[in-house]
Amino acid sequence: MANSYRVLRKRILASGIKEMDIYAPRIARVAMPGQFIMVMADEGGERIPLTLVDWSKVEGWIRIVFQEVGVSTMKLGLFEPGESLYYVSGPHGTPTHVSKLNTVVIVAGGVAIAAAYPIAKAFRDVGSRVISIIGAKNSSLLIYEEEIKSVSTEIHISTDDGSRGIRGFTSDVLESLLASGLKPDLVWMVGPTIMMKVCSAIAKRYGVRAVASLNPIMVCGMGMCGACRIRVDGRIRFACFEGPEFDASSVEWDELILRLQMYREEEQLSLKRFLEGGGHI
Amino acid sequence: MSKIKSRVLIPKREPLERLKDFNEVALGYSEKEALEEASRCIQCPSKPCVQGCPVEIDIPRFIKLIRERRYEEAYKVIKDKCPIPAITGRVCPQEKQCEKLCTLAKFGKPIAIGALERFVADWAREKGVYIEVRNSNFNSKNGKIAVIGSGPAGIVVASDLLRLGYEVTIFEALHVPGGVLTYGIPEFRLPKRIVNDEIKCLVESGVNIELGFIVGKTITIYDLLKEFNAIFIGTGAGHPRFLEIPGENLSYIYTANEFLTRINLMKAYLFPYYDTPIRKGKYVAVIGGGNTAMDAARSALRLGAEKVFVLYRRTKSEMPARREEIANAEEEGVEFIFLVQPIEFIGNSLGAVSEIKLMKMRLGEPDETGRPKPIPTDETISIQVDVVINAIGFHPNPLVPMTTPEIKVDKRGRIIVDKEGRTTMPKVYAGGDIVVGEGTVIEAMGWGRIAARTIDRDMSFL
Ligand SMILES: Cc1cc2nc3c(=O)[nH]c(=O)nc-3n(C[C@H](O)[C@H](O)[C@H](O)COP(=O)(O)OP(=O)(O)OC[C@H]3O[C@@H](n4cnc5c(N)ncnc54)[C@H](O)[C@@H]3O)c2cc1C
Ligand SMILES: Cc1cc2nc3c(=O)[nH]c(=O)nc-3n(C[C@H](O)[C@H](O)[C@H](O)COP(=O)(O)OP(=O)(O)OC[C@H]3O[C@@H](n4cnc5c(N)ncnc54)[C@H](O)[C@@H]3O)c2cc1C
Ligand code: FES
Repeated sequence: MANSYRVLRKRILASGIKEMDIYAPRIARVAMPGQFIMVMADEGGERIPLTLVDWSKVEGWIRIVFQEVGVSTMKLGLFEPGESLYYVSGPHGTPTHVSKLNTVVIVAGGVAIAAAYPIAKAFRDVGSRVISIIGAKNSSLLIYEEEIKSVSTEIHISTDDGSRGIRGFTSDVLESLLASGLKPDLVWMVGPTIMMKVCSAIAKRYGVRAVASLNPIMVCGMGMCGACRIRVDGRIRFACFEGPEFDASSVEWDELILRLQMYREEEQLSLKRFLEGGGHI
Repeated sequence: MSKIKSRVLIPKREPLERLKDFNEVALGYSEKEALEEASRCIQCPSKPCVQGCPVEIDIPRFIKLIRERRYEEAYKVIKDKCPIPAITGRVCPQEKQCEKLCTLAKFGKPIAIGALERFVADWAREKGVYIEVRNSNFNSKNGKIAVIGSGPAGIVVASDLLRLGYEVTIFEALHVPGGVLTYGIPEFRLPKRIVNDEIKCLVESGVNIELGFIVGKTITIYDLLKEFNAIFIGTGAGHPRFLEIPGENLSYIYTANEFLTRINLMKAYLFPYYDTPIRKGKYVAVIGGGNTAMDAARSALRLGAEKVFVLYRRTKSEMPARREEIANAEEEGVEFIFLVQPIEFIGNSLGAVSEIKLMKMRLGEPDETGRPKPIPTDETISIQVDVVINAIGFHPNPLVPMTTPEIKVDKRGRIIVDKEGRTTMPKVYAGGDIVVGEGTVIEAMGWGRIAARTIDRDMSFL
């Protein structure tokens, strides 16, 4: 019954941010930009969603990039090439709707810059002009700059402390681009929820269509549990299979932000226990 | 007829004791109790009980074999029709099926068929009696069958077709097989090691199970048809319904599926030893009156809730849950509030649910289900809560039909099949909850049996 989801390669991109290639030919065969996988590091682990950053149909691997923020991602980070994860399923979610547009602005913050890579690439591949705005806390946490650059017509960088690119947030860059007269056909965004909320409001102000890739807590990833539910246009939607992308101006951001904090207490307890136990599986 | 002996009650753990953990509540018959209960069977030649069994177990025969202490043979008789007797013996609503038609039911004392089935199945498990699913006159038929979903419907199709000599692969999206048996029905009613053992038996007989395979995503029906001669869809009814009232996305309002999946599949009741968390409420409200509501309420108590309220819009006699489960819930201290319908959830500044507003209802004329229709009064009440579980029901799982337009569904999203389990797409069959909406384990198994027969028949014409 068991499948082998072998780790093939692992790269440390920044402190606490890792890239991993996993052997999963049946997922690589059908993966599309915007989709994600559900992963369990070990048998007692959580099922967590991670975006498909890249894949090779021919060689049968998929690539994820994740930030170690809690027990599940830390456990995942412990795996070395040659070892196998307990469970990987996918591809989950509805692929990004990619079509040739004159100009697409991609906004990505933090670890999610990697998640924006396949999207930027897909829009570039169909001949759209891609303007990417990427940002991180500081220069050492800025990942995937080269990769994004390789698929963008133009790239803008921001860091909170100004250690790289302009000092400020990705939303500040978006605002100044739109203020200077840029009229993109689409703003596509992924990153911290608060960043997306702000960017969504800016796009709306300038009358630009915006799509956001949402990151609610998930359990099943297949429409069975409702953990991932969000409110869009006043209606309950399941991010795992109707999304994760939705029209940004219709998302109820504050509700999503609160729902993401639901397990703070439990997460801290779990993390404390994990670290006190030596931080291994 | 007053001489009819009473049913031997199935021993149960004391309520205060069983609330401390998630271990099984009903303990099962001892050999002595099983023999005593079996001795009550009058062995009617017309076997009315068998007509009440969707998988047609030869009930009088296995009971007779129990009486003769020929347990292994009794097990074979059951296993001939039912691949998972340790499960059905525990969760079937026998009172609505075999036991309802039992001749002794006329005197209010039907044979405890479920308890006897469980006794035999548990005996076999303990003794390590293992019966090959493939029988000896096994003649290999040429054909590869794909079964989608590893719930009771899929299990029966797989086991029946394997027996006939087909090569069978089950595709399951989750990381553990079993469907609702694994993620829905709690440990205290159906220990997961029993589900594992029953499925292991199937795998050892030669069924191939592929986990983490989401049909419609990882692979399409069209792709599967290139490799398999026939496909059975048993993807269940696991898509939660909502009340569509204000505040439904407040934190700690769970669907029953999420609540039970966290507990049963992800073992959140053992958090932090298992990584998946669950919010343990002090004042928990469960909305609904079915088995799912009872399971959620009893689970919430075991997580340590001080009070658990079941909110139901009709009265106790209309509750769709099994009587036995309602009684168990009552014994354990679940409180019932009848004739109320939630109209709004109210939250605190952190977005956590803190209050439910309820409309008081009264009963009116019978509706299309034959039960009196709940009608709103204009009186409302409120209760304070910190966790809510919505157990109002499910829609059929939309994933496969959504990605396969040839497979037609009805208005309620159920896959349309003919009497023999054929969908509107050639070589594709379906059964279980994806076809009936919300049914039972044994009904799903009955559908599996019908579809397996049809597949075998259709295949011989090819
Ligand atoms: C569609 C989708 C794609 C994602 N892609 C990526 C990615 O490519 N790289 C990446 O680093 N992260 C990604 N995430 C977020 C990632 O799933 C969470 O960071 C991870 O689950 C945290 O688990 P943890 O135990 O390490 O941390 P925890 O201590 O459990 O949580 C830290 C925070 O992460 C969030 N979170 C917790 N559990 C879940 C869960 N089951 N599902 C989603 N979020 C959760 C909560 O906001 C929580 O406060 C994605 C999320 C979604 C929904
Ligand atoms: C909490 C609860 C308690 C219950 N208690 C009882 C009881 O006591 N007695 C009783 O008789 N009945 C009970 N029922 C009802 C009973 O469990 C169901 O009727 C029965 O399980 C239906 O069986 P099924 O095989 O049709 O589907 P399910 O058991 O739902 O199994 C479907 C399987 O298909 C998988 N799947 C779905 N989509 C895909 C896909 N696209 N690709 C691959 N796999 C997929 C799912 O993950 C799941 O494992 C209960 C139900 C619930 C929810
Ligand atoms: S994560 Fe379970 S329904 Fe979306």
